[in-house]
Amino acid sequence: MSLATLSPNAASRDGVPLSAQGALVERHWREQAGRRRLYTVGGLAVLLLALSGSLWFANETNAGKFFDRLPYFFDFFIDLAPRDPMEIWRALFDLPSPYDDGSFKYNYPEGRVYLTQSFYIPEYFYKMLETLNIAILSTLIGFTFGFLLCFVASKNLVRNAWLRGTVRRLMELLRAFPEIVIAGFFVAILTIGPIPAIIAVSIHTVGSLGKMFFEVVENADMRPDEGLRAVGANWFERVWFAIVPQVAPNFISYALLRLEINVRASTIIGAVGGGGIGEVLRLSISRGHEAKTLAIILLLFLTIVAVDQFSAWLRKRLVGNQAFEFGR
Amino acid sequence: MASTASLPLSQSDVDDIAARHPEVFKNRPWRRYRAPLAILAVVLYSVYCWSFFGIGKVLQDANWDIAGNYLADWISYEVRPDFEIEPDGAILLEWPRFSPLGSDPDPDWISMQTATMERVRATDGATPAATAAEKTANSFMVPDAKGTAPSSAGTSSSFSFMAPDAATGQGTAGDAGEPAAPETVIEEVITEATVEVGRGNLIEIAPTRVVLTRGSESVAVRLGPGELVTVEGEMPDWVQQKRAGRKVLASFGFDGRAEIDYDGVKVRHRFIGWENFVFDANSPFWGKSAGEVLGLIVSGERIDPERSNLSLAWNNILYNADWQHLDVWTKLLQTIVMAFVGTLFAGVVAFPLAFLAARNITRSRILNQINKRFFDFLRSVDMLIWALFFTRAFGPGPLAGMSAIFFTDTGTLGKLYAEALENIDDKQREGVRSVGASPASVQRFGVLPQVLPVFASQALYFWESNTRSATIIGAVGAGGIGLKLWEAMRTNQDWENVAYMVILILAVVFLFDGISNALRSRLMGGQKR
Repeated sequence: MSLATLSPNAASRDGVPLSAQGALVERHWREQAGRRRLYTVGGLAVLLLALSGSLWFANETNAGKFFDRLPYFFDFFIDLAPRDPMEIWRALFDLPSPYDDGSFKYNYPEGRVYLTQSFYIPEYFYKMLETLNIAILSTLIGFTFGFLLCFVASKNLVRNAWLRGTVRRLMELLRAFPEIVIAGFFVAILTIGPIPAIIAVSIHTVGSLGKMFFEVVENADMRPDEGLRAVGANWFERVWFAIVPQVAPNFISYALLRLEINVRASTIIGAVGGGGIGEVLRLSISRGHEAKTLAIILLLFLTIVAVDQFSAWLRKRLVGNQAFEFGR
Repeated sequence: MASTASLPLSQSDVDDIAARHPEVFKNRPWRRYRAPLAILAVVLYSVYCWSFFGIGKVLQDANWDIAGNYLADWISYEVRPDFEIEPDGAILLEWPRFSPLGSDPDPDWISMQTATMERVRATDGATPAATAAEKTANSFMVPDAKGTAPSSAGTSSSFSFMAPDAATGQGTAGDAGEPAAPETVIEEVITEATVEVGRGNLIEIAPTRVVLTRGSESVAVRLGPGELVTVEGEMPDWVQQKRAGRKVLASFGFDGRAEIDYDGVKVRHRFIGWENFVFDANSPFWGKSAGEVLGLIVSGERIDPERSNLSLAWNNILYNADWQHLDVWTKLLQTIVMAFVGTLFAGVVAFPLAFLAARNITRSRILNQINKRFFDFLRSVDMLIWALFFTRAFGPGPLAGMSAIFFTDTGTLGKLYAEALENIDDKQREGVRSVGASPASVQRFGVLPQVLPVFASQALYFWESNTRSATIIGAVGAGGIGLKLWEAMRTNQDWENVAYMVILILAVVFLFDGISNALRSRLMGGQKR
């Protein structure tokens, strides 16, 4: 309805005046619509104000200013253009380079990891395997502990609010605690390497999987539980035979989703001291090795696509077309 | 249905039911062994990882003693007086360069007896460069601990100027540089010192003998002759001597520890709390009680004639050298801004693209596929790579971080939005279309009301989760508190600063988690999250 028709002395469009009651209803409706519009406009204004303030602040505290730096937008690829596209290929598979001058830049074959006398895994594939193993192992650890904790945190299985609350707070803390601090702390104790990354990613995974898991458990059908309770099953039997079979497919698909996230997380943690492909990527960028950097980026991209596709396929098999929506 | 409890089933009934539902009674081995097999596979995989990463060896080589100290550093600080025992029996008290007790500490847990003493000063081969270093170094020193060299806490550059023997027995700051022949001076030196490390723990230091007391146990350590250090009598388990005749380590639990060598005693006394959190030791307000500071601000005379005490105090707090409040808060705000702007832009851009990507909205397979593959591309180039890319483009700072979040999340949100659009109820759309509405109105009134709450809720979820991930991409140079955290951790000295930042981050994450949850549950109405 356009604003023009919203006059206080309400008259319907064809000129027939409304009854007193009708006018009251219409006025009431109009007030509400007006208030709603006011809220919308006000909300948008606040959002815009916050946005422009944020943008100004970000630009002000950045090392380079946005418009000054725009001409350098593709610097990453300009700086990192190899002298010959085939170099990327050679770097990826550790083949000898014709430009080899003994420097670190072109010493691709030195990274080979020999399994037998003649068969080798190229360095970056090995590092990628390391990162994947970090992700899978920490997902498994996170799954195990999240699984153990989630039943204690669900309202329908544990009546004790204190116990439930404690476990939930613990999971929130594990989830919110910055991974980089956990990684940094264990790097200080255990030296640089994949184990700090495993610990950091696992701790985060326990928290986030635990939260998703207990939400699934709380939505579970309680009739099997009632049946088992009626025949005198104890708490563990009820959980194992009534709840677990219902929630297992969902649990596994959440774990797969988490695996996708963890592959990315372990790459980033690797870049700050956690070993794996992230570390080689950081090193090769900071040393300005063009072909090596692009090879790693290519490999990383393909791996992430492959992991995502595999996980999506497996999830579809497990839970059908049920959509996984974050933030529901 | 009749109740089965009162009617025991006959064998034929059982057979009948079994014939109707054979799948329930058939014991398929796969179903039965699925769970144990999965557990076995997980265990085998863990064993493989154990050897792949060499976890056993790493855990064995780990420095677990340090872990306790680092953890204690989160909530406490150490004060580190060093007592140097000269060959002639004089004891010199040295403080590290940046002692939390300021430049002139006289803590009440150290009591000393002094005496004047005639001493022979060593020859000094110091160069003019050393003079300068010595002078600046000495300005941090305790005036009554005369003639001390920069402690080991000093930077290596100033330390390297010093000849090793010039590190002891120097004169006062004023005449330090003069190249002098051996001369005899009369100085006031410490002859005995008693340090109380926590309640009931004492270290009594005399030139040839140190007595350690912890609770009711007491042990004496004899220093000398020469470089020999001997423990008299039985060694309790809190005293350690790794090699006979060498330095002795004593532990006083959380309160501190001491290292006794033939030429000195190093004391580490630990106090709970964050030292100099408000004012650092260089501030004129340092060491004053809250009342005194308030009094100075309200009615005190101007300390700095240029400006009021209030602005001076505020400035001193913001630029506190130990805690760098202003920098930390700026970086924290950068992190928040990165997540906010990145997610907001991502949502705004993903919104129209999702309509093009949803196959029930845009009837063009090519457009659908192009958009969907575009989303996949944005998502699959990791946020790390985007962060590195934009750090090169914009230079380190929040612009790089927010662009990385923006690009990654346009992909993720676009995919989720397109999925939500494909799952809408078609009836509303049909209804709007059947009254002859324009295509735009069909989307506005037939589609949008169904998906807008979902869209907003998902954007909010990612806003909250990005606040967390913005911390970590900061560490690769994309702005925000991540880099600061990483730098504080790398030195292994500033764990209390790490704790401070962690608390701030946790507060922000919990706050935004709460806001996002509250908004989402309002958006989704009665629906269960």
